[in-house]
Amino acid sequence: MSLDKTDVEKIAHLARLAIDDDAIPYYARDLTNIFKLVEQMEQVDTSDILPMAHPLDAHQRLRSDVVKETDQRELFQSIAPKTDSGVYLVPQVIE
Amino acid sequence: MHNKSLSELSASLHQGDFTSAELTQHYLDRINKYNGELNAFITVADEHALKQAEAADLRLQQKTAGKLTGIPLAHKDIFCTQGLRTSSASKMLDNFISPYDATVVEKINAAGMVTLGKTNMDEFAMGSSNETSFYGPVKNPWDLERVPGGSSGGSAATMAARLAPIATGTDTGGSIRQPASLCNLTGLKPTYGRVSRYGMIAFASSLDQAGPLAASAEDAALLLNEMAGFDERDSTSVERDVPDYTATLSDSLQGLKIGLPKEFFDEGLDSDVAATIETAIKMYESLGATIREITLPNSALAVPTYYVVAPAECSSNLSRMDGVRFGHRCDEPKDLDDLYARSRGEGFGEEVKRRIMMGTYALSAGYYDAYYLKAQQCRRLISDDFKQAFKEVDVIMGPTAPTTAFKTGEKTDDPIAMYLADIYTISTNLAGLPGMSIPAGFVNGLPVGLQLIGNYFEEAKLLNIAHLYQQATNWHQQVPDAFQ
Repeated sequence: MSLDKTDVEKIAHLARLAIDDDAIPYYARDLTNIFKLVEQMEQVDTSDILPMAHPLDAHQRLRSDVVKETDQRELFQSIAPKTDSGVYLVPQVIE
Repeated sequence: MHNKSLSELSASLHQGDFTSAELTQHYLDRINKYNGELNAFITVADEHALKQAEAADLRLQQKTAGKLTGIPLAHKDIFCTQGLRTSSASKMLDNFISPYDATVVEKINAAGMVTLGKTNMDEFAMGSSNETSFYGPVKNPWDLERVPGGSSGGSAATMAARLAPIATGTDTGGSIRQPASLCNLTGLKPTYGRVSRYGMIAFASSLDQAGPLAASAEDAALLLNEMAGFDERDSTSVERDVPDYTATLSDSLQGLKIGLPKEFFDEGLDSDVAATIETAIKMYESLGATIREITLPNSALAVPTYYVVAPAECSSNLSRMDGVRFGHRCDEPKDLDDLYARSRGEGFGEEVKRRIMMGTYALSAGYYDAYYLKAQQCRRLISDDFKQAFKEVDVIMGPTAPTTAFKTGEKTDDPIAMYLADIYTISTNLAGLPGMSIPAGFVNGLPVGLQLIGNYFEEAKLLNIAHLYQQATNWHQQVPDAFQ
């Protein structure tokens, strides 16, 4: 499989990554090479193999639904790029 | 002071030979003297450390101190530390002052240890040479023209130069063991789930584990005693008692069955490294162990599988870095999409962007089955190989890395050559097993690490196996001349 400029632009958009136009050929080359390496997986037949998502085949723990955390909004927002009256500010989305 | 074991330091602190403040100052002086050439620390926490040392001295006076109270350590900059910058070596988090402590940090603080600072690393732990850091590459104290390994390269350089008594690291595909190998250290990656991941900036959540980088197996056991344990804030933390890892360090190795996977001694392994590993394994025979060749037939799938699983998980984990709630935000975004894309484009380095794109592609519509699902199936095959092997042997041994430390810049233009530096360590993470690297000798003045892989939750046995080797050899006590 070989990735071209359009593929790289599409992937970068899906990942919400602004990349320099000059860098696109290098990403295309590197990603193509890496996916060639990855495609070595095709050499084995895995049709009957159960996928392994987690090393210990663990299941999700449940806990009782009680409040333990305290409100730390001011502390958490003190490191935010832009806030106002307890909300995070971003460029206007709806006209 | 800086060549003493943790037990010796602890005894001296309890006897009053010196105070924690004096010990802390000694290490801060060493950091100030050597960090310029090594670039091992991103943040040196002088003031914070001396305050913690003062509190430790009070506990020592009041006889409420534990074994590690007053002993300094360095944390990899991937662990959130309240009030201290936690950058993960990324421009994205250059301004991030964590509002909370990671569980590992909280436990180590509760033990009364002193945080000297935060060590350099590959950006978001993505790398094998510590060259992807926003703060510049780390130098290997054994040869300043060479890399210390990665991603925990700053912690490794710190330990090799004895700028701290012990350090923390994290290991997603070899990031504790490979730098330990390249810097002559004892590094341990515990079983997945043994140490809490809460507050450890996530790279690949089904692979990441924290562990110690130490001067000896005994020191590693002492720190693991503090790090390990169940944490309800980490949904994959395992509810299981933590043994005293020092209690069984000296158990006999008589009858120990060691397996050598033939796939770990193939043509990719440097012949001098191979000879060093073979000599180390012979030493185990003289300690009473028996050796047999085993096979892990799907070993060749480990690197391809990892480079789907890890990027896929990273592309998801790093989506939280969006310029909205914390971290880098671009100037004057014209709309929300522009804010996301430019903040991320400016904040992430090349390797991180490459991995996010790999993961995004592998998870995108139409490709999921071919890549992600296939990788999860290969992961099962790799894991089953180990299950089979552990029916026959107690521990698996081999090289940690295919070569000794390589030169800075040697592999930076070839991502695949860099990825192959972890060829022997990655499968352990995919299976979730515990692994170690211990000093086993030198080739042309550069350290070689012996890798030990144990069955699930057998950290105590690995530490025992490492400790007895260190009683019979002195490789682990070697320190580069310039940093004596």
